[in-house]
Amino acid sequence: MRVRRAAAIAVAAALALAASGCSAGAGKSGSDEDKQEITVAQTAEPANLDFTSTSGAAIGQALMENVYQSLVRVGDDGRLEPALAKSWEVSADRRTYTFALQDGATFSNGHPVTAQDVKSSYDRVAKWKNPLKAKMADVDSVTAKDERTVVIALHRPSNRWLFDLASIVGAVFDDRAHDDLANTAVGSGPFTIEKYARGQEIDFAARDDYWGDKPHARKVVFRYFKDSVAAANALKSGDVDVLGNLQAPELFKDFESDTSAYQVIEGTSNGEVVLSMNNAQGIFKDKRAREAVMYAVDRKAVLDTAWGGHGTLIGGMVPPTDPYYEDLTGVWPHDAAKAKRLVEEAGLSGKEFAFTVPNLPYATAIANIVTSQLADAGLKAKVETQEFPAVWLDKTFTKHAYDMSVVNHVEARDILTVFGKGYYTGYDSARIDAQAKAADEGTEAQYAAGMKKVARTITEDAAADFLFLFPNLVVAKAGVTGIQRNQVSDAFPIAGLGWS
Amino acid sequence: MPGFLLNRALQYLLTAAAASVIVFALMQLLPGSAAQVALGTEATPEAVRALEAQYGLDRPWPVRYFEWVGGMLHRDFGTSYVTGAPIAPVIADGIQVTLIVVIASIAVALALAVPLGALAALYRSRPLGAVIGAASQVGIAVPSFLAGILLVMVFALGLRVLPASGWAAPIEGLGAFASHLVLPVTALALVQAAILTRYVRSAVLEVMGRDFLRTARAAGRTRTGALVRHGLRSAAIPVVTVAGVQLAALLVGAVVVEQVFVLPGIGSELVRAVSNRDLVTVQGIVMVLVLAVLVLNFIVDLLYPVIDPRVRRGA
Repeated sequence: MRVRRAAAIAVAAALALAASGCSAGAGKSGSDEDKQEITVAQTAEPANLDFTSTSGAAIGQALMENVYQSLVRVGDDGRLEPALAKSWEVSADRRTYTFALQDGATFSNGHPVTAQDVKSSYDRVAKWKNPLKAKMADVDSVTAKDERTVVIALHRPSNRWLFDLASIVGAVFDDRAHDDLANTAVGSGPFTIEKYARGQEIDFAARDDYWGDKPHARKVVFRYFKDSVAAANALKSGDVDVLGNLQAPELFKDFESDTSAYQVIEGTSNGEVVLSMNNAQGIFKDKRAREAVMYAVDRKAVLDTAWGGHGTLIGGMVPPTDPYYEDLTGVWPHDAAKAKRLVEEAGLSGKEFAFTVPNLPYATAIANIVTSQLADAGLKAKVETQEFPAVWLDKTFTKHAYDMSVVNHVEARDILTVFGKGYYTGYDSARIDAQAKAADEGTEAQYAAGMKKVARTITEDAAADFLFLFPNLVVAKAGVTGIQRNQVSDAFPIAGLGWS
Repeated sequence: MPGFLLNRALQYLLTAAAASVIVFALMQLLPGSAAQVALGTEATPEAVRALEAQYGLDRPWPVRYFEWVGGMLHRDFGTSYVTGAPIAPVIADGIQVTLIVVIASIAVALALAVPLGALAALYRSRPLGAVIGAASQVGIAVPSFLAGILLVMVFALGLRVLPASGWAAPIEGLGAFASHLVLPVTALALVQAAILTRYVRSAVLEVMGRDFLRTARAAGRTRTGALVRHGLRSAAIPVVTVAGVQLAALLVGAVVVEQVFVLPGIGSELVRAVSNRDLVTVQGIVMVLVLAVLVLNFIVDLLYPVIDPRVRRGA
């Protein structure tokens, strides 16, 4: 009897469940309420909300410019624009910056944004755990000259510094509310965090008391999908409105063919996909071996095969939105015969080397084609797939136990980091240090010219093979407006998002 | 009987203790560290070492092991490296979602499997029996994640009647809760129902050959009547055993379906914690899963005498 009764209850429960599920429905209708709200599918999820202690682009993308603001910001074209500072002046010796704060700027808790908040925020950067704090290392002192004026003195002139200030290190916190950054965020930006459900979503609510231009949407939701297919399905079923930074170009085509319902946007990013080679030890210490790789790899074919042709060939470590960009794709033209000759000259034929590949879609796709291109030249790669980030960071990045690897370096203006002293690339940074320092301390024109030389030297040294610039692929419902084309700052600004 | 239960309880305690050692030891062997992951590609080795020291990872492993186990005995699972927040509420949130999905699935599966399995046994040499047998074969062959993907294609992308992914807690509205639950539960339940149907069928077949059923028939009961009145209880023993095992497997294996449907269950939390090398969280989750499976087995042990008086009498 007991069994039968239990079964009956289970059947009834199942039926009730199915019935309520069907009646509830799912697809969003186009009601007025919905027009106030936009849901964005994102791929990488923030580990927490505290970028002072945790690295990872996802935190900055959620919070910078939406919740936290810096004095300056980077526009879609890579140029600096005012943010919390309405204007700034640079002294003649290029070492002192005077910022005038926006009038009436307030934090979401009602406190006004003062020069003292800026000073205490920037003074605290030295205590950050996030290694990106190094971007503020050139700061000598921060002074609150009066309520609305901040004076920042540098140890030495630096062109790079003001640009870096637009990144997370420039975030201004309320001096009276920064205790639980991992779980709460009080900033001066147009949104507050209404709900933070780890592993699922972050809900941003527009501030009624925002001091600047009012955002278009009342509410923006970031929903996190590890799986690109699940994200694409959510867009197709109407659960989300925008796919931010799609990591699966093969899914892009589905949407490209249906332009009445969807818009597809392909912009640029700061992510250089680098085929790195260990310059310091092993087979690639020999420059001829690295040159062989440069000739052997057909970057156009790699881009087309691995990433559906979405992306830009750059040939160097600098994206086109940076002021010192130069097209370096001609330095190492694809030349299989030359590659073969170099391999024989250097006696590398049949010698095995370790190619450590992060278990990420782009990396495994690239590794497949690169390995076969290298094999054609007589270079024998032994592929080892490594869990990303943990194992790759441990073995390849920290212990330098690798000969070749491939990874997308997403930080802005990271050329001097990636080819700096002690970094896993093992590049002899003495070859660029002086030039880079002079450029940084010079005028803006000297900066651009000097850094161009640095980038060219690195490419000519065959320090690494710069496969392509990672695309910023965004898909959205046709009616969504205000999507930024390029992802060239730490932020994913949502204030402009709206419905047509 | 109490002796048997005490014996079992002791066995489970020892298993849990052994599991804690194994889980902890395996975590120590995992390459990579939480500090490295937290600091990313801009980190210097000194910064990584400093953060490891702050997490307490530089202390000898016996100290860390006993601190962890000691904490758990006081229901304190420790503090996550990644969020800086206590782990216990995170586990509670995740296990809640997973339990709802898994228990609903097994309930639906049993509701389907018991009648279908019995029918398959009663009609074993007729077309209906063959059809049920074939259908359950197919069901076993289809992995639940594939069933999930197919269900999404039909009901979320095609008919657009159910959401493709996500989760709504019951307090967010019962309609939303149920609509998010239907597809994952169906994906898991279909496969489980197929497996259980086969067990029910063979259990019923076995019972149908027994003497007491023949006696019942001789006393004037119909075949179905005799089975329902006297047979099902006997047949329930192997089915309950298998359902218990399947429930445990679902609890641990739901991670795959959680990924397909982007559910914030314990499996998703586990994957995230492993990827961040948030080892205290991983250890905590795995221990909770181990305990859940043990408790489940214990419940199944307790159920036997309830179902079958012969077990109660120690026959």
